[in-house]
Amino acid sequence: MNKKLTLAIGVVVVLVVFGYFAFGGLGRSLVYFWTPTELLAEGEAAYGTSIRLGGMVIPGSVAWNGETQELRFRLADEGGIIEVESAGVPPQMFLEAAARQEPIGAVVEGTLGRNGIFRATNLMVRHSEEYRAPQHGEDRQEYYRDLFKEQGAESGT
Amino acid sequence: MISSLGYLAVGGALLLSVVGAVAAFAAMGGRPQLAPWARRAVYGVFALATLAILLMAVALVAHDFSVSYVAQVGSRSTPLFYTVISLWSSLDGSILFWGWILAGYSAAVVYIHRDRYQDLMPAVTGTLLIVSAFFWLLLAWPANPFVPTWQAFGLAPGQVPADGPGPNPLLQNHPFMGLHPPLLYLGYVGLTVPFAFGIAALLSGKVSGDWIRAVRLWTMAPWIFLTAGIVSGAWWSYEVLGWGGYWAWDPVENASFLPWLTATAFLHSIMVQERRQTLKMWNILLVIATFLLTLFGTFLTRSGILASVHAFVEGLIGPFFLGFITLVLIVSLALVAWRSDELKSEPALDAIASRETAFLFNNLLLVAFTFTVLLGTVYPLVAEAIRGVKVSVGAPYFNRMSVPIALGLVLLAGIGPALPWRRGSPDLLAKKFLWPTVAALLSGVVFWVFGARNFLTWLTLVFSVLAVALLIGEFWRPARARREAHGEGLGRALLAVVSKNRRRYGGYVVHFGIVIIAVGIALSSTYRREREFTLGIGEAATFAGYTVRLDSLYAGREPQRDFVEAAFSVGGDGGFSDTMRPRLNYYPTSQQPIGTPRVRTRPDADLYLSLMAYDRTGASATVNIIVNPMVVWIWIGGAIAALGALLAISNAGSGADRSRRAAAPSVRRAKPAEAGVGGDD
Repeated sequence: MNKKLTLAIGVVVVLVVFGYFAFGGLGRSLVYFWTPTELLAEGEAAYGTSIRLGGMVIPGSVAWNGETQELRFRLADEGGIIEVESAGVPPQMFLEAAARQEPIGAVVEGTLGRNGIFRATNLMVRHSEEYRAPQHGEDRQEYYRDLFKEQGAESGT
Repeated sequence: MISSLGYLAVGGALLLSVVGAVAAFAAMGGRPQLAPWARRAVYGVFALATLAILLMAVALVAHDFSVSYVAQVGSRSTPLFYTVISLWSSLDGSILFWGWILAGYSAAVVYIHRDRYQDLMPAVTGTLLIVSAFFWLLLAWPANPFVPTWQAFGLAPGQVPADGPGPNPLLQNHPFMGLHPPLLYLGYVGLTVPFAFGIAALLSGKVSGDWIRAVRLWTMAPWIFLTAGIVSGAWWSYEVLGWGGYWAWDPVENASFLPWLTATAFLHSIMVQERRQTLKMWNILLVIATFLLTLFGTFLTRSGILASVHAFVEGLIGPFFLGFITLVLIVSLALVAWRSDELKSEPALDAIASRETAFLFNNLLLVAFTFTVLLGTVYPLVAEAIRGVKVSVGAPYFNRMSVPIALGLVLLAGIGPALPWRRGSPDLLAKKFLWPTVAALLSGVVFWVFGARNFLTWLTLVFSVLAVALLIGEFWRPARARREAHGEGLGRALLAVVSKNRRRYGGYVVHFGIVIIAVGIALSSTYRREREFTLGIGEAATFAGYTVRLDSLYAGREPQRDFVEAAFSVGGDGGFSDTMRPRLNYYPTSQQPIGTPRVRTRPDADLYLSLMAYDRTGASATVNIIVNPMVVWIWIGGAIAALGALLAISNAGSGADRSRRAAAPSVRRAKPAEAGVGGDD
């Protein structure tokens, strides 16, 4: 009986410790997904919380400094606009859309600073229903057309 | 033409599944003369399923855009290989593929056991056919891939599109798509068979004995495929997604991992029932949970409930799956409640330091792991449904939870095999544990001196050394005993020992593989280094002991896509030794350029280059350089685990025969001369 008791106590301890960490750990790892409207509606609670912010990049708002690797743009939905600042080279698709002055869906991960600027640590491009259907690559080729020259034989244009 | 034939095949398979299930349950309920008819129905379903899948393959290869599935995923410019594998690249096709594999497993089960397990087989057949009927119902109705295009797309009657969009670009970017999904499906679908045996055990009331013996092979085989499928999926995402990782705790990855965890627990706990006639209830519950998790995983990935890389499908499938999951849950639990008296068994535990305890903790850890991953996967769905908030559970949660559990499992992978059943003599235990413990402690000092300062990683390494040393002892001791007894060479003795008890030593080889995977994951995630560089043509960057120079940047055209490629010369400190060409692919149907990273694999570390962006004049390119130590060992460990499991079942047929001939199961274990050396597991 003694062995079984020892074992049962062992099992219970394991389960309790495990449950504590599981539920506690979950709470600390949640990342909420907000839109600019929702972020602005949070008021004071918005500052300093680590979230994902999703919206459309306003055409023409993108400022990319290749020297300092700093990116600034404005992210919007129907009810709000947030200024976003991020470091590092944005994804190719983001640059292409910015060059064409097209709206593009983006999700940034980070926190809203006291200065009202959202500091993003991560930038993802998102497909969005608002984005129009692709036009079979025509504008797209425009972007990399100059690069065909260097390959001679493989150039299809 | 193909549409009509497809309808016939799908409808026929549905009808035969239903009729066959009725015949099977009638055979169980006192009309045994119907059993052969149920079996024939299974063969018939397999024939019709094969016909359906061949029809679809022909339609895809012939670019018959009058079939809606072909119009969804086919394209004249897609290379043949990707055209063929687009069979499973989208919802309807993957469910057809699922139905076909289930039909294949079912046919194999009823054929192989046609003269055996007379009490169980009718109910096994019936359960398999009911699951089969569910999938053919999906195929006949909401997921029918054979619907004529004009109906599905709302075109004028008889109108046929001239071309299609081709498969999802991410899924035609790497040949692994030809390997990973079939392996995963073979694993996933195969886990229906042990479930069917579990239900048959409940229905027949024979909850100990036969079903446990039969079910081992039918769990091991899918387990091998599932393991290979998960590892190859991790490899695929490593080679394709461009962020240099192989596991992101994405819900779809978790969906494949959950049944793997419970199936692994089940494979261990049935050994306890076989040996000690206990854990009857637990085993039934595990096998039911495993099947429910495969259904749940299919629901997650096929219902469009998630927005992730893998969840490329949306549809009306969700309610069907939820309904079926509920049905399976209710019926299974009702059966368990009905048989609860038969399922009671005395706990068998003679000593704390015994194999039984190791199995107990193994199961506890695996179930805790399952619960952790399930909680993190389901929480966002529940939060969105109930509170209307969009939330995701970050990787830190999964990592914090899973690392200690995985550490425990690594430890048990070595300790478990070294512990004898019932109770062992303290002398023997001391002999077995002395040198491995010394080796582990010494290695701990060495790792610390060489700079392993991350505590959990250090602990993983130390536990791994302990586990490997204990496992080597399990091979070494009997081999040495045999060498002394027979005067053979050590290699020959080892071979003889292993081949005489493949089940046991195959299992230990799996443990080696798992430990190697753990080491690979620990080192690659702790010591991974990553930095982005924007380089002009001819400019070089030095990072983490590697030099990477941008040589040229150019665009090119292939039949199905354009690409922009950057050529880099890479090397260690002493000059350049290789050229790597990461690229961005432009598919006509994708808004987003799809990156193809390049990986240079070495035993010590991978060099991983991802083209992030480029200057449109061709003056510069941005590359993400990732140095990932020891990643290749994860794939190697996966292969070792799969091969070990294959070894473990390589004489399963003859083993089963042996046990049937034996008057009592204990006959095989008549020689426990040195505890832990005899025995079958």
